Amino acid sequence: MSTRLAKQGRLIDRSKQIDFTFNGKRMQGYAGDSLASALLANDQMMMGRSFKYHRPRGVVAAGSEEPNALMQLGSGDRYEPNQRATTTELFSGLTAKSQNHWPSLEFDVMAINNKLSRFLTAGFYYKMFIHPRPLWKHLYEPIIRKSAGLGEAPDNELKDPDTYEHFYFFADVVVVGGGVAGLQSAKAAALSGAKVLVLEQNNHWGGRAPVDGGTIDGDAPEVWIEKTLDALRGMKNVTLRDRCMASGVYDHGYVLGYERLTDHAPGQGGPRHRLWRIRTKQIVTATGAIERPLSFAGNDVPGVMLAASMRDYVVNWGVTPGQKVVVATNNDDAYRTALCLHEAGVEVVRVVDARDTGGGALMEAVREKGIRVELGRAIARVKDGPRVTKVAICAQNGEGGAQEEIDADAVAMSGGWSPVVHLWSHCGGKLNWDKENAFFRPDPARPPLGDNGEGFVIATGSANGNLGLGAVLEDAAVAGAKAAECAGFPAKAVAAAKGESMTEAAMEPVWLMPAKADIKLRMKTWLDYQNDVKVSDVQLAAREGYESVEHTKRYTTLGMATDQGKLSNINGLAILADSLNSEIPQVGTTTFRPPYHPISMGAIGGEARGEIFQPVRKTPIYDWNDANGADWEPVGQWRRPFAYTRSGESRHDAVNREVKNTRENLGLLDASTLGKLIVKGPDAGKFLDMMYTNMMSTLKVGKCRYGLMCSENGFLSDDGVVARIDEDTWLCHTTTGGADSIHAHMEEWLQTEWWDWKVYVANVTEQYAQVAVVGPKARKVLEKLNAQAGGGMDLSKDALPFMEWRDGQIGGFEARAYRISFSGELSYEIAVAASEGQAFWDALMEAGKEFNVMPYGTETLHILRAEKGFIMIGDETDGTVIPQDLNLQWALSKKKEDYLGKRAHLRSHMADPDRWKLVGLETVDGSVLPDGAYAKGNGINANGQQNVIGRVTSTYYSATLGRGIAMGLVKHGPKRMGEVIEFPGTDGKIFKAKIVDPVFYDKEGEKQNV
Amino acid sequence: MSNPVTATNGAAFTGIATVKDAGLQGMITLRGDLASKTLQAAVKAATGAEVPGQRKVSLAEGGAAAWMSPDELLLLVPYEEAVAKTAELAEALKGEHALAANVSDARSFFSITGEGAREVLAKIAPVDLSPESFAPGDFRRSRTAQVAAAFWLQEDGSFRVVCFRSVGVYMFNLLSNAAHPQSAVGAY
Repeated sequence: MSTRLAKQGRLIDRSKQIDFTFNGKRMQGYAGDSLASALLANDQMMMGRSFKYHRPRGVVAAGSEEPNALMQLGSGDRYEPNQRATTTELFSGLTAKSQNHWPSLEFDVMAINNKLSRFLTAGFYYKMFIHPRPLWKHLYEPIIRKSAGLGEAPDNELKDPDTYEHFYFFADVVVVGGGVAGLQSAKAAALSGAKVLVLEQNNHWGGRAPVDGGTIDGDAPEVWIEKTLDALRGMKNVTLRDRCMASGVYDHGYVLGYERLTDHAPGQGGPRHRLWRIRTKQIVTATGAIERPLSFAGNDVPGVMLAASMRDYVVNWGVTPGQKVVVATNNDDAYRTALCLHEAGVEVVRVVDARDTGGGALMEAVREKGIRVELGRAIARVKDGPRVTKVAICAQNGEGGAQEEIDADAVAMSGGWSPVVHLWSHCGGKLNWDKENAFFRPDPARPPLGDNGEGFVIATGSANGNLGLGAVLEDAAVAGAKAAECAGFPAKAVAAAKGESMTEAAMEPVWLMPAKADIKLRMKTWLDYQNDVKVSDVQLAAREGYESVEHTKRYTTLGMATDQGKLSNINGLAILADSLNSEIPQVGTTTFRPPYHPISMGAIGGEARGEIFQPVRKTPIYDWNDANGADWEPVGQWRRPFAYTRSGESRHDAVNREVKNTRENLGLLDASTLGKLIVKGPDAGKFLDMMYTNMMSTLKVGKCRYGLMCSENGFLSDDGVVARIDEDTWLCHTTTGGADSIHAHMEEWLQTEWWDWKVYVANVTEQYAQVAVVGPKARKVLEKLNAQAGGGMDLSKDALPFMEWRDGQIGGFEARAYRISFSGELSYEIAVAASEGQAFWDALMEAGKEFNVMPYGTETLHILRAEKGFIMIGDETDGTVIPQDLNLQWALSKKKEDYLGKRAHLRSHMADPDRWKLVGLETVDGSVLPDGAYAKGNGINANGQQNVIGRVTSTYYSATLGRGIAMGLVKHGPKRMGEVIEFPGTDGKIFKAKIVDPVFYDKEGEKQNV
Repeated sequence: MSNPVTATNGAAFTGIATVKDAGLQGMITLRGDLASKTLQAAVKAATGAEVPGQRKVSLAEGGAAAWMSPDELLLLVPYEEAVAKTAELAEALKGEHALAANVSDARSFFSITGEGAREVLAKIAPVDLSPESFAPGDFRRSRTAQVAAAFWLQEDGSFRVVCFRSVGVYMFNLLSNAAHPQSAVGAY
């Protein structure tokens, strides 16, 4: 059984007991436990079921590389699936559930897949479920999704109540990893004066050294670690962060740090995770190494663990996974586990060393304890079951015959070590194959390169392929000093601490145990625990022609799980290389990509949630609108009232009311969102003549002109009214959505093409609250305001004619009045200072009462303009429409030598007389055409589709006319006036519409010009 | 005529720092040749401040000039004087190619005071706000979370933040969120 030991456990506080539950069962652990160590202490060896075969699985590792012990944590709105028990710190009230089983962990119906494993080989889905195709969606996929998979997805109706944030930080040197190598590097870099940030993913410093032993500067590693931490804490230029994992290295010295603030202390308040967005000059990766499993049959049975991780459980948390342990190894390090277990009073029943020659001093030390060590031997198989009960031993150099079966309840395995090269590799750092140690290690001659062509990542310690404390510390001191030097600080040699550990004999690569294991064994020999990929799967992929490691990965799913193959990759590609009769370095690795370890979506989103999920742009009249029935519509990031609904009134009714009232009485539109760009300078007129298709340089001061803008490809991009303010100043109105983009468009031309033209542009959109005062009584209300204020600007037809503007006072407000109309009614657009916008609106509403004033929204705006046949950018245009399509030839200057779009309009396709052109559309029965409907043509096209001859671009119910009106683009439209064409709807109904003039209302334009 | 109002109407929040609506502030966008003696004199006359260097703000009694780009300054003047000062600038720069526009009402203006002020901004702006890198008189035209913003550090250790008026409420909520009382980073 796995149990708590009486002694040991340097990270736990036995005086602080913590209650938690696992699958509803109450358990106890200690402060400092991980969930995994606490479960082991409660004899909970089995922690989940596997992905595909639903085999019982237990914890294999003790850190972020853990593939098996994935849990569903919490409940309700704090529920999270797929959380690693090994990286979850125990806290009071923690609730964990194992996943991927039904009905229970102990009895899982889907374990039948285990019996079917010979049918569930690599590529099974591709081969099996391709035919018949309809079955995939309705039968196969739902069943497979139920049987395969990890934790259950959270309820999509629930919102995560926790908060998250980002933090931008800048450093000269970022040291990743707070083990002895990281601390030594940090110290060396900091002594040069560099600003150093050290990131440690765990809540404790020092990495593996305190577990692995040896001495540093003559003391136990803990002593040196504490001393060094104290020294670093005392340095102003050093920042230490624990529980903060560097998840990725990106170009230009960008590092993401994932800080877990309250995972271990829920209810503490404040953000749960903080994403550090770090810019640095140099990065030192002191990320250590990860032990590799050995590939033998049953290497996934709960109780089979990595040897060093088993040591971690004993030393760090005072937990032993078993009472009778078999150690299997191909290197000397695993002997440390044997010693550690022995010292803790756990029986080590056998050390099985695959090497014929065995190990060195460590092996001798183990033998001296009276532990039986067998050389050239292997584990043939571990008996299947919910935990280890029997282990069969055989010769390594054989097929697995002549087995000796021994009783054991745990197996510690070590297949050698792999440096954690992920962060080194994220930006393209290259690796060399180290034959002696059988691992990939960073090639210092080929680091990831920064903008200056120099390397910006330095790997050190065991992440750099160094084994043994002495070599690790020496390498780390050099790396730290070099990083500071590369970051621009004076070179300073820093003496490394002196590390001493027992010398080790050479390891021997063992990719399969026993070396010639037969197919029955290979089909029970796991490479990737989390995705249930076996040795036989990779071999099958090779036989089926998969040569590239990247393809094999995707075909077999090796290394594609949430652990990204931290344990399985090297073992898998060794099997692949062997199957292809190739060498490991020739097969190469798959690509290492961030994040190193999954990070929360919340951390990525940062503060963006709730009311600050997105900025909502608000006009100065927003609050009033909101309080007065505004039915909001998003327009870019603005919110504009679609209509102002009254109680008991539908949207449609509200719109009809607003339309009629504006035509008959007085309407107010909050038009503040319209873009307003000041264009000024001696060359401003020339510039605007290029920007607009029509002439703006000749516009007289005090006057307005409607203008069109095209892209250089000739397509309509924006429109609006331009006002000439003074000799060299114009004010250009843009569409709401165009304010920023047209400003940028102008700046781009000024900065990149016409940089010598003297023109300045300023975006003053938000300086003004702009109110459209519209309707037959518009002048009356403004004159009333002036009368109340004892005077103001003359708003008569003669003093302020149509398409002119004036500055002055209206109702005591400093205002600029434009006599422009997008509705066909008498209309003034009045701009006042944004800070006074609400007050001005209030004054208009008050004074307008006697004229039956009503605010109107964007839908009424649209209907009013459609009744007048005015086009709308974004309705009549969609990026493929040119002014000629909309019969706007009158706005294309023939006098100007050039303007943006002019040359494009000469292209044959643009000048094609078959282009669809704007017309009005009137349904025969008065109904409203569906928006976007296509007009039916004759015959079918090459794809067998109905030919079409036009489409609806705007369609509304006109309350003014009491019928549906629409505009559309129709082939040869203007020449087909009076013809009736058909628009099939999506509901089977066919709409018949007559082609008419697009101006439905007041064709002579008398109403606006009074 | 009426009382002009800000977008956030005097709002304030205190956590690791205090975030406050800093009220109406006269602001003038000035584009022109920053090396011009005429422009420099006009800036001095309008604000009392010198033309600042790159990424700096020069602060004077009752006014300031901040560097927005190689040909753009943000001038701070009392709100009530913004219209008149804009006209004065235009007059003084008549012979030059320049543009002065009153943008006082296009903006929201906030102060961040207290110990956590640097961290509040460092959570939302991609700027090195450590004391060794960002000192009084330093100025950035940058981004805070999802909106454009400019900010600088005053002599007294407090920040001033400028953004567009339409996102004033967003900015206040954003700054308040970043100033959550239990969110101190402890990085500086």
